[in-house]
Amino acid sequence: MKKLINAVDDVVKDSLFGVEAAHSDIVAVDHDNNVVYRIDAPVANKVGIISGGGSGHEPLHGGFVGLGMLDAACAGEIFTSPVPDQMFAADKLVDGGRGVLHIVKNYTGDVMNFDMAAEMAAAEGIRVESVVVDDDVAVQDSLYTAGRRGVGLTVLLEKIVGAAAEEGKDLDYVADLAKRVIANGRSMGMALSGCTVPAAGKPSFELADDEIEVGIGIHGEPGRERRQIGTAAEIAQMLVRPILDDLDYRGSEVIAFVNGMGATPLIELYIMYNEVAKILQAEGVRVVRNLVGNYITSLDMAGCSVTLLRADDEMLHLWDAPVVTAGLRWGK
Amino acid sequence: MALDVAAAAAWMHDFAGVIDENAELLTDLDREIGDADHGFNMDRGMKAVAALDPSAFAKGGDYLKKAGMTLVSTVGGASGPLYGTFFLRVGGAWADDMDAAGLGKALRAGLDGIVQRGKASVGEKTMVDALSPALDAYDAHAGEGVAAALAAAAQACAAGRDATIPLIAHKGRASYLGERSAGHQDPGATSVTMLIEAASRNLA
Repeated sequence: MKKLINAVDDVVKDSLFGVEAAHSDIVAVDHDNNVVYRIDAPVANKVGIISGGGSGHEPLHGGFVGLGMLDAACAGEIFTSPVPDQMFAADKLVDGGRGVLHIVKNYTGDVMNFDMAAEMAAAEGIRVESVVVDDDVAVQDSLYTAGRRGVGLTVLLEKIVGAAAEEGKDLDYVADLAKRVIANGRSMGMALSGCTVPAAGKPSFELADDEIEVGIGIHGEPGRERRQIGTAAEIAQMLVRPILDDLDYRGSEVIAFVNGMGATPLIELYIMYNEVAKILQAEGVRVVRNLVGNYITSLDMAGCSVTLLRADDEMLHLWDAPVVTAGLRWGK
Repeated sequence: MALDVAAAAAWMHDFAGVIDENAELLTDLDREIGDADHGFNMDRGMKAVAALDPSAFAKGGDYLKKAGMTLVSTVGGASGPLYGTFFLRVGGAWADDMDAAGLGKALRAGLDGIVQRGKASVGEKTMVDALSPALDAYDAHAGEGVAAALAAAAQACAAGRDATIPLIAHKGRASYLGERSAGHQDPGATSVTMLIEAASRNLA
């Protein structure tokens, strides 16, 4: 294992010190609880938006803390859900009197830890609503699994919901909006290589030179199936087809998001974006906004994911609204 | 023997040691069908539990409840809430002077907590597949005393753990693998077997 680290046990801590040093104009860090929060938190009369999850997905979530997006992000150990104490600490940091929305990615551990945190916050008199993101169409049989995983849509959701909170919408409104976004977004990912969790020291899975893993999540877990590698055009089909089969996007306006898993260069992501856009055009899906880059990663995994969100006018307006975070910044 | 703070602490220290020795094994099992962190997370949590000062607690149940809260606050993932809830419930039902039947009830309160929090049932390739038959075996042998009941529980727990190998996971991160999860031993069933084996060494 070759990594730019000081010590395996210090990876998350050291990285959070770096986030704070680099972005002190936007965020501060509660180092006791590994919570990244807006420097102006709590913002009076604004619904607080928090998220969190295992580390290793940067810039998600800490890189999306700031004006127009998240109020706080809780960083767990690598690929491990944060503990309830962290979300409870974040709730107290960001509650501006109008309640807090928890954005939870659908993983067994995340859901349980956020549930326990919501119970703690309720006991303290903080109103919490929770939404669970589950956009991964690779999980076909939700009945016999823990359900679809929360992946790429989380980025688009945090942007849109954060903008609504910034405009002064109340907690019920923001939670309903979040559920609408979740209902209209789908994702599918693939890997060219596994990734190496620092504490484990070896890759999560190994692929031969001509193999790819299709239907991966964001935790280095193997996907649904191993296939022969193809061209970018063929791989775009493997990712976009299952999305279109799951939700009919024809004739709709969508935000198209091609995300890198961490170790894939932008030159390849743009090739993928072009192939994805061609398929969507041929299918009559109208791409009206897009995002291309490494936004929800899986450490040093190579590969990409595609997310489509069927967006109404309000979602597009909120997507365009100003955002000032380390990971996304426009309009201000 | 009294199931006092010293007995509960001996159980936890033994378990912490076994987890420490097997952290790599548990993480390797988790790498095959999960996300390669079970051993390290449990090790971090149990080291925090082992650092608790038993003399600060009047009763075994108080100590175990604190152990549960410590795990919730340090482990994360699914294991934190599940093991944490287990010890919170076991501690809540614990009495220092309980008999074999009482210990059986306390352990079952812990299992009920795990089922409630994780919503898993038997056959879904989780820790429940080891713990549930273990407590059935315990109850069947409770009339023979704590030592016999715990020995039977440990044996049934290990058998349940081994029986997870051919199962297809329906809960937790392994469930995303579908049929590819078959052929691998469940890490949670493995660690909970270590817990019950430690109980049989220290509570009898």
